Amino acid sequence: MYTTELEKQRMASAQEDPEKLAEFDARVAADDFIEPKDWMPEAYRKTLIRQISQHAHSEIVGMLPEGNWITRAPSLRRKAVLLAKVQDEGGHGLYLYCAAETLGTSRDEMVEALHSGRAKYSTIFNYPTLTWADIGAIGWLVDGAAIMNQVPLQRTSYGPYARAMVRICKEESFHQRQGFEIMMTLANGTAEQKRMAQDALNRWWWPSLMMFGPPDDNSPNSAQSMRWRIKRETNDEIRQRFVDATVPQAEALGLTVPDADLKWNEAKGGYDFGAIDWEEFYAVVRGEGPVAKERMKARTKAWEDGAWVREAALAHAAKRAQRMAAE
Amino acid sequence: MSKALTGKALTSKEWPLWEVFVRAKNGLSHKHAGSVHAADARMALEAARDTYTRRMEGISLWVVPSASIVASDPGEAAALFEPASDKVYRHPTFYVIPDNVKNI
Repeated sequence: MYTTELEKQRMASAQEDPEKLAEFDARVAADDFIEPKDWMPEAYRKTLIRQISQHAHSEIVGMLPEGNWITRAPSLRRKAVLLAKVQDEGGHGLYLYCAAETLGTSRDEMVEALHSGRAKYSTIFNYPTLTWADIGAIGWLVDGAAIMNQVPLQRTSYGPYARAMVRICKEESFHQRQGFEIMMTLANGTAEQKRMAQDALNRWWWPSLMMFGPPDDNSPNSAQSMRWRIKRETNDEIRQRFVDATVPQAEALGLTVPDADLKWNEAKGGYDFGAIDWEEFYAVVRGEGPVAKERMKARTKAWEDGAWVREAALAHAAKRAQRMAAE
Repeated sequence: MSKALTGKALTSKEWPLWEVFVRAKNGLSHKHAGSVHAADARMALEAARDTYTRRMEGISLWVVPSASIVASDPGEAAALFEPASDKVYRHPTFYVIPDNVKNI
């Protein structure tokens, strides 16, 4: 999964040591990795904490729309696969929280920021999963978009983030392929199943294109993130690559991409596609997505219901440590 | 377990952090994979297994309280590691041996 950068960031690196700053810029420009104990500008640290934690939140919140279908998976095979996929998303969240913690934030701070609404997560998870075909569409399109976004991040300049991304990318391909397989089965099934697959594509196509974030001419933070090599390619570049890769896959399924303006452009060697409804995107960013409230309610409930377990485990560990010290 | 290992757990509500090392197979050393939060060592091992070995990535795990790791300071990297850079004579390629001399 993936989260776009959704908040404004402070650009100015106020009162940084110019010599250290120059050395840092040179290292990043030379594609050197920055490691946790290295000196880094405060704005770089803050940008990373925000981006990595939002990425982690997206993985964790991303478990909800799919978790919704575990008990209703159509076969034991599908159920085992979906369980494994949702568990992977949890794992991805944990890799990323750990990477963010190396920058000096704590897990509790990040969780609090999510639950209080200060931290964002990917807009895509504020759409509901209405039918089983949505599980196919999420794997194929949403994880497909995530792969496009995440592959360049394996070379992001912050070492722990890059290493987490390498691990995540290795696992993500299974997610996309299991989703495509679900779509393939439905598309080759009964007329009703094929309609279900088409309906899921219709609902998930545009939100998937929005996952890459605002267009380049309206993405004020991209330039700094590119310069710091936190980000390696622009939103529009990756979005174009996703469209070019995905349209032939839809054709192979015998499904129609819901875009009347979609057509191959020989000159640019890619597809031209219709205008994205950015009003919808910004509304979802503001928390007006169809199931945004449900998602946060589910997260907060899980956190609060688990509080006694966290406290009991600590009390148990403390008691054992005390006994051992007494012996 | 020593107090040093659990000290943080006693004062903070957050479970302490543990670094995870995974041995991919016998014959290889354990390699750092990431970290987990856990209340105690056993829970850390179980969390490490769920988080870092879902695809047969390992056959053995180490977990170490993150607070117990002593790391070198990047600011001292030059003092620590640069002295090795002008000692090329520690590498075999430094010595020129005639082509007709074999097995050396």
